[in-house]
Amino acid sequence: MMVLGPIGFGAPLMLLALAALPLLWWLLRALPPMPRRVRFPGTALLVGLQDPHPVARRTPWWLLLLRLLAVAAAILAFSAPIWRPAPPVIEDEALLIVMDAGATAAPNWRAAQTRALRAAEGAIGGGRPVAVLLADGRSDGALPFGADDGVAALLRAATPQAWPGAYPDAPDALLANAPAGGLRTLWLSDGLDHPRRSAWLSALSARGPVGVVAPRVAPQTLRMSRDGARPELQIQSTAADMGAVLALGPDPQGIPRELARLTPGAPTSREGITSRPVVVVDLPPELLGRVTRFQIEGVESAAAVVLGDDRLRRPVVALIGQAQARSEGQALLSPAHFLRSALQGSARVIEAGLDDALAAQPDVIVLMDQTRLQANGPLADWVAKGGLLIRFAGPRMAADPELANEPLLPVRLRPGGRDMGGALSWGAPRPIAPFAADGPFAGLAVPAEVTIRGQLMAEPAPDLASRSIAVLTDGTPLVTRAPLGEGRLVLFHSSANADWSSLPISGLFVQMLERLIAGAGRAPVTTRDLPQGGIWTATQVLDGQGRLSAAEAPVPVTTEVLARGAAPDLPAGIYASGERILALNAGVPMTVADWPGAVIESDTPSGIPLAGWLLLAAAAALLADLLGSLALRRGQLAAALIAGLLLTLPGTAPRAQDIDPELARAASEFAMGYVLTGDAELDEVSRAGLEGLSQTLIARTTVEPTPPVAIDLETADLTLMTFLYWPIGPDQPVPSAEAYLRLNRFLRGGGMILFDTRDADLAGSAADGADDLRRLAGPLEMPPLQLVPGDHVLTRSFYLLDDLPGRFSNGEVWVEATTAESGTVNDGVSPVVIGGNAWAEAWAVDERGLPLFAVGAGLDGERQREMAHRFGVNLIMYVLTGNYKSDQIHVPALLERLAAEGAQ
Amino acid sequence: MSPDRIPAAELRARAEAAAAALPPLVLARGPIAATVAPGGHGLRRPGHGEDFWQYRLAHEGDTASAIDWRRSARGDSRFVRDRERQTARTAAIWLGRGAGMNYAGQQGGETKLDRSRLIALSLSLSLIRAGERVALLGDNPGSGAAQAAKLSAGIAALTPLVQDADAPPAAAVRTGQVVLMIDDFLNDLSALEVFARRVAELGASGVLLQVLQPDEESFPFDGAIRFETAGGLHHDTRDAGGLRTAYLARLEERRMALGRMARQAGMVFGTHDLGRPVSEAMIWLHGVLAAR
Repeated sequence: MMVLGPIGFGAPLMLLALAALPLLWWLLRALPPMPRRVRFPGTALLVGLQDPHPVARRTPWWLLLLRLLAVAAAILAFSAPIWRPAPPVIEDEALLIVMDAGATAAPNWRAAQTRALRAAEGAIGGGRPVAVLLADGRSDGALPFGADDGVAALLRAATPQAWPGAYPDAPDALLANAPAGGLRTLWLSDGLDHPRRSAWLSALSARGPVGVVAPRVAPQTLRMSRDGARPELQIQSTAADMGAVLALGPDPQGIPRELARLTPGAPTSREGITSRPVVVVDLPPELLGRVTRFQIEGVESAAAVVLGDDRLRRPVVALIGQAQARSEGQALLSPAHFLRSALQGSARVIEAGLDDALAAQPDVIVLMDQTRLQANGPLADWVAKGGLLIRFAGPRMAADPELANEPLLPVRLRPGGRDMGGALSWGAPRPIAPFAADGPFAGLAVPAEVTIRGQLMAEPAPDLASRSIAVLTDGTPLVTRAPLGEGRLVLFHSSANADWSSLPISGLFVQMLERLIAGAGRAPVTTRDLPQGGIWTATQVLDGQGRLSAAEAPVPVTTEVLARGAAPDLPAGIYASGERILALNAGVPMTVADWPGAVIESDTPSGIPLAGWLLLAAAAALLADLLGSLALRRGQLAAALIAGLLLTLPGTAPRAQDIDPELARAASEFAMGYVLTGDAELDEVSRAGLEGLSQTLIARTTVEPTPPVAIDLETADLTLMTFLYWPIGPDQPVPSAEAYLRLNRFLRGGGMILFDTRDADLAGSAADGADDLRRLAGPLEMPPLQLVPGDHVLTRSFYLLDDLPGRFSNGEVWVEATTAESGTVNDGVSPVVIGGNAWAEAWAVDERGLPLFAVGAGLDGERQREMAHRFGVNLIMYVLTGNYKSDQIHVPALLERLAAEGAQ
Repeated sequence: MSPDRIPAAELRARAEAAAAALPPLVLARGPIAATVAPGGHGLRRPGHGEDFWQYRLAHEGDTASAIDWRRSARGDSRFVRDRERQTARTAAIWLGRGAGMNYAGQQGGETKLDRSRLIALSLSLSLIRAGERVALLGDNPGSGAAQAAKLSAGIAALTPLVQDADAPPAAAVRTGQVVLMIDDFLNDLSALEVFARRVAELGASGVLLQVLQPDEESFPFDGAIRFETAGGLHHDTRDAGGLRTAYLARLEERRMALGRMARQAGMVFGTHDLGRPVSEAMIWLHGVLAAR
């Protein structure tokens, strides 16, 4: 390396090439520029003429200068210049290698180890003594300085530890063996501050130069920033970019694998540390229940691992009731909603079918108004193994005639139920009696306004009083509890929604559930409320790289020691005390280390290499030369053209994704939609049918639909649609799961689908459209169905109809069953109408407005077509007006009554 | 580099406009081929025509309607009124189509061929209005609106050749024709000399019109230039500015040679600069063709 002022040259011999520049100057000057080429018919007259004054046109000086500059820059670039190169190391002193050996050093350990070995071997080769300080917080006396292979062996054997790094105290005592001639220090840092670092830095700086090797990989730590009910992780790093967080744990088969990938939230930066929160509770609860550890992806360090323990595991409560509510309105009235709201803070709620819920191994299963359970099924087994089954009464339970024989109840119930304070009952709603002092609800205050209006009554039995843990003021049970195997059964004799009592809308409900659930499963343990004096033993410990292994010869530690977190000789891992389990994690908040007075050495050679810039300058000069030559030769137009080509980067203007104009029209001007089935002929029939119906509607009603819209289920935004016609064909592939999600949202949000199997069940066997209907509509959230009753709104929303014919007249038509549930969905409009009468074919018209398909025969057929159109009008009226038309039926009666009242 | 050829309709419109500015061009009297085509040139013998020629005695073959009764009433003999036989002169037009004619100047613009076409068509229309028979050299001459249409289509369809040289075919010239040749006459003149000799032999006459770009007239070049033609001829120079005098001298020499050749063949030589208006060439051609 040759150094000229602040610039060092890695290949100084290349500079000799600069001597060739004057030669180049002469050559370039001597070479004439290319002549212009001119198309000229008069050339014939020029042939044979001699130049009268032959002038050697020389290259313009500025072009020459540009070319020389380009060549000079290239020569300089290839001589590997470096701005302010690292000063050469003068090594004649003893060497102390300080290696950060905490958990955060693990990702960079290999590189640090190699660097330390190199330095140690260099020093030993020079006959200088070397000592190694592994900064893992442990120390055993003064550091031995040696110049033998022991140092290298020590370095090779060193591993990072699974606790936060720290430096031993009393630097001077440890450096007692240092030779007198000065001490050079190589500090392999992990980039973070650790306890007593500044003391060591000042002590070492006083003895000689300190070189610090910054880590190649920025350290990252993961720690639990918030535990309790809503655990949250925090990922920290000295760099801005950090990996995703993996949630690892056994899958349902028990094989460990990646369960989820959590993306960190928005970064916040403070004092060189970037932190991002990772919200854990967003995980599906049944998944979160299985997570055993969180780990930063691609970082092998104990500090990047958070082991899961009971703090992660909130009690898992499975809510089992009816399938998901089918509308927003019902969702807010359903028992599940009340329970979900009540449990949100204290437990993790799974809503699934019974089988799925059992597979997730919840701590508590809540059954809402369900009967006919199996006395010896998996649910009973689960309870017997220690589960807590909480059941709520409800209208369905009350109506079940077999209630007296219902299993899995703490007490036998009487069918029927009790209605207090209703229009037809004598008594007033009953308040709750104060809770017994020894019961699970002891100490909870009963608000006076909580009253019970409906209740399931228990058969009198000797143990009824002992099983009742909450009673009404008249002594009838409100909550009963009984053991079953290792588990318990709890029954709320009232409903979980506000239909039967005001309990679910009071705070008492939440407290009662918390008390019940707190007794279920494993209670969470935190270091804060550990019982004093406990002795904990490590069962599994992490090594510095974040690998979990069985603890060998664990030393029991007291709670107080454990509460201080991972420390030297107390590695991160799983600690157990009796039945309780506690995870100790190595991640601690980060602080960036600063190095006053030390020379920071990074892995890349220090100094700024100038080769790239010089090559860039050479390229720029050549480009300018090209433009200049072109300007000379072809005039400015061509130069401008080339410059434009070179400088204009092809940019693609970002295009906002816009809504399909067809769908927008359907939303703003109302159009009916038909589902594309993949069968072009069928789609055309659908289109023509809806077109015909649109014409009928325009002619007869104030509904004026625009032309029908084709709906591709995979792409269309169904939220803009009101009515879909879905002909069932054998060729349609089953839509994707996303499409079904959209369809279900569409149905819940008030849309309607008219399914048409187009065969009127003529075959009467399974080999008809019913199979395809099952295949296609199966994944939809179908309500219970019933045949259209004679007094259904559909038969009288515009015309009075007896049957609902299409091209066929004898098919059955199904709509949502009018269930006992009040507060019906969609204003009482059935979300689906299913039939097989091939309505679109009856409605279909060609572009002249003439029917496309024959319906029936003769006048009867035309009559049937008219009826089909009337059905279409009724259907659209039903879709658009809901039960308004149904209410209209009562208008004469209402008017009559008003007239009668007015007459009085 | 060369602009799109002017469409036939536009060329016709521009030619009509240029021709309308001048009276119909009746060709000067000259040797006339004995054709049956009626025209404006008297043959000094009886025949079909408009002008009175003579009264002659009727003989057996004359019909009663042929007899001029007004003259016959003055005497006993019956006279027939003869008219002078009149016929048209024929003009043949030739446009040089060498690649150099497609030259539009260094700045681009109208090509020499475009200008030649315009001049040729204007002149043709002017001649046709005067009842003369016009055709492209080698084609059958004709007159009237049909021939005007045929000519404008034919002239508009002329495209430049790929080679530099083009010369009128000597075999196409006919007795009594007036040959109008428009070219830049910058290439080899030997073929033209053969043609001129043939014209002289047949007693035909004609006009040579040299059409040049202003660039070719003034040679505004400087510096190191490689001059090329489309046909592959080239000349390298390091100092084009120094060649200007020599070039202009050679151009003058070429014009002298052309003028001499034209005089010997009984033709007239003229030049036209594309920097000048078309009407200038038209007026000159009118003057030359009508005066003789």
